[in-house]
Amino acid sequence: MEPFATLTAVAVPLDVVNVDTDRIIPARFLRQPRSAGYGNFLFHDLREAEPDFVLDRPAYRGAKILVAADNFGCGSSREGAVWALAGAGFRAWIAPSFGDIFFENSFKNGVLAIVLPGERVAAARAQLHANPGAEITIDLPAQTLRLPDGGIVSFAVDPFRKECLLAGIDEIDLTLRHEREIAAYEARSRAEAPWLAAPSSGVAGA
Amino acid sequence: MGRTLYGKIWSTHAVASGPGGRTLLYIDRQLLHEGTFHAFAALRASGRGVRRPEANFATPDHYVPTARRIRIENAELRDKIDTLADNAAAAGITHFALDDARQGIVHVIGPEQGITQPGITLVCGDSHTSTHGALGALAFGIGASEVAHVLATQSLWQAKSRTMRVTVDGSFPPGVHAKDLILAVIAKIGAFGGSGHTLEYAGPAIRALSIEGRMTVCNMSIEAGARAGLVAPDESTFQYLHGRPYAPRGADWERALARWRTLPSDPDARFDREVALDAGALEPMATWGTSPEHAAGVTGAVPDPAGEPDAARRGSLEKALAYMGLVPGQPIEGIPVDRAFIGSCTNSRLEDLRAAAAVVRGRKAAVPAMVVPGSGLVKRTAEAEGLDRVFREAGFEWRDAGCSMCVGMNGDLVAAGQRCASTSNRNFEGRQGKGARTHLMSPAMAAAAAVTGRITDVRRLLPRHASVGRG
Repeated sequence: MEPFATLTAVAVPLDVVNVDTDRIIPARFLRQPRSAGYGNFLFHDLREAEPDFVLDRPAYRGAKILVAADNFGCGSSREGAVWALAGAGFRAWIAPSFGDIFFENSFKNGVLAIVLPGERVAAARAQLHANPGAEITIDLPAQTLRLPDGGIVSFAVDPFRKECLLAGIDEIDLTLRHEREIAAYEARSRAEAPWLAAPSSGVAGA
Repeated sequence: MGRTLYGKIWSTHAVASGPGGRTLLYIDRQLLHEGTFHAFAALRASGRGVRRPEANFATPDHYVPTARRIRIENAELRDKIDTLADNAAAAGITHFALDDARQGIVHVIGPEQGITQPGITLVCGDSHTSTHGALGALAFGIGASEVAHVLATQSLWQAKSRTMRVTVDGSFPPGVHAKDLILAVIAKIGAFGGSGHTLEYAGPAIRALSIEGRMTVCNMSIEAGARAGLVAPDESTFQYLHGRPYAPRGADWERALARWRTLPSDPDARFDREVALDAGALEPMATWGTSPEHAAGVTGAVPDPAGEPDAARRGSLEKALAYMGLVPGQPIEGIPVDRAFIGSCTNSRLEDLRAAAAVVRGRKAAVPAMVVPGSGLVKRTAEAEGLDRVFREAGFEWRDAGCSMCVGMNGDLVAAGQRCASTSNRNFEGRQGKGARTHLMSPAMAAAAAVTGRITDVRRLLPRHASVGRG
C-alpha cells in the first residue's frame, strides 16, 4: 500500500448530506474486477443526470481531496465506493461524519478520512466554492490541514490508522504477528464452547 | 458498574491489544456471498489461505435470478455464482448452492440454520449483517479488505464503539409492525444518529416482538448509521434456536444456554446515549425521500425543505423531492405506485409473507407485484401454508429466494421514473434501478399499496379497523 504523509492538492466541495455508496458507485458495476478501473464508475449515474456535477467542472480537474457533508459514504459496505474515489485520484476526504464501514474501508486502501466539526467543514466548502480549484494541504504527521485562506486546522486520527497509513502497512501482516494469541484464543474457545469450534449440521441434507 | 451486552461480547472476544486502544477481536462466524469474489481474489494475490474454513458459510444471494434459474442465461451472473461455489469448494467452506433448499439471503439463512447464536461475533461483507443482532450476536458488515482479513486470520482490529439503548415501551397497535418501528427510530435519530454506536433495542415492545420482527429492527440499524444492533437473548431466542441444524444439541445445548443467560446487559449498565419510543403511538410508516430517515406516518405529508435551517440539508431535501417527483405538503397516503416488491433481508421471512398475504387475500394486485421469499426453506414453508396461492391468485409473482429488487444486482430492477412500494431497506437514488423511486414500508403496507395502486393506510384494509385513520 502506498504510504501517506503530506498532500497538497485541489479539493472539491460536495454539499450533499447522506451521500450513500450506491450513489458513489451503482451496484451494477460491482461485478467488475478491480482491474476494470473503478475510477470510471465514480458517481456514474449522478454525473449522467447532472452534466454540471461538481466533479466535472474544469476547475476541479486533478483534485485529490474531497470535502463532503454529513454521513458521507453511508449505506452499503461495498469497498468499490472507496476504489471508485481512489481510482479517480482521491487520496483524502473530509466530512463532519462518515458511514462507519466506508470510513474503515478508506484506511484499508491508504486513504485518509478526516472528521471535523460541521461548521469547520461547511466553512472549508464555502472557501472552495469561492475559489474553485483552490488547494488544501494535509500534513498527516503533524495532523493539520491548511485551508485555502491559510487557516490551519488540527484534526484527530486514530494512532493505529495513522501508523498504518504512514508506513503503508498491510494489516494482515500486522495481525499475523499475533498468531500465538489467536491460536491460544481458539484453544480456549474449543474447551469452553466446543459447538462453536466444530460446527456441524444436526440434519442430513436439507 | 454493570456491563452491557455489547461490552460482554466484546471482552470475551478480545484476542490482543494494538496501538491506539484497538483490539484484535476474534470472529466466530463469517457469511459469504457472491460479492466475496473480490476478497478471495485479494487473498489469492497475497498468497494466503483460509484459516478456519468451518467458521465460514457461503450461499449465493445478490446475483441469483429469482425466476428460471435451472439454466442461468446471463453469463456474468452465472460466473459470479460459479465463482462463489468454486472458492468455497477450494477452501472447504460449507456452501448452500442454488439447488439446495437452504440457499437464501445470507441474513435469512444464518438464523434459520442456527449458525447465528447469542454471544458470538459474526461478520459478512454486507452492511445488513446487523440483522443477526436480533439473536444477541455482535454482528456487523465489513468491506472486502476486512473479509479477506477474516478469511486469513479469523479476527479483526476494532475500536470499541459507543453504546446507545433504544427503549421501546407500550405495545404495537393493529397494522403496525417491526418495520414501522425501525423506520420511526431512524426518522427520530437520523440516518447518522447511530454512527459510531452499537444500538441495543430494549423494552417491553421489543421483548414482545418475535425473533423475526427483531431481525427486521436490527437489520436497519445500519440505516441509522450504526454498524450493529442488538437485542438481548431471552426465552423467545432460545425457543427459536432450539433444534435448528447448526444450533448446539444435547449437553452442548445446556452449556450454551447457561452461557447465553449471562449475556443480557446488567440492570445497572450505563449506555452512552438513551433514546425512548412508545410503540403505542406509532402508525404505519412510509418513506417519501431518498434516505431512510425521510420517513413519515402514513397519515402525514411530505415536508417542506424550506423549514430546514441548514443549507446543505435543505439542498439535499430539495434534491430528494425532485428525484422522487413529490411536492411539499403532499399527503403520503394516495401517492400512486407503479409496482410493489415484497422481499429482502429486511422483510422476506415467513411472518412477513403471512402479514402481506393477510392483506392480499381475496383482493387483486392493481400494479405488478412480486414476492421473493428470503430462503428456499421460507418458500417451502410458505407454500405448505398456501401463501403462494394467495399471492398467485391475486396476480402477484411468486419467485425464488435472493436479494432481488432490493439492490437489483440480479437484474430485478425498477424502471426509471417508476415508483415502487418496497419492503426493502434503502430508498437511495438508483438503488432499485437507475431513476427508480423507492418508498420503503412494511410488508402489510406494501401489500396494501399493491392491491390499491397507491400508498394506502393498511388499517383501512384490515377488517376490524376499517374506520381508523383519516377521512
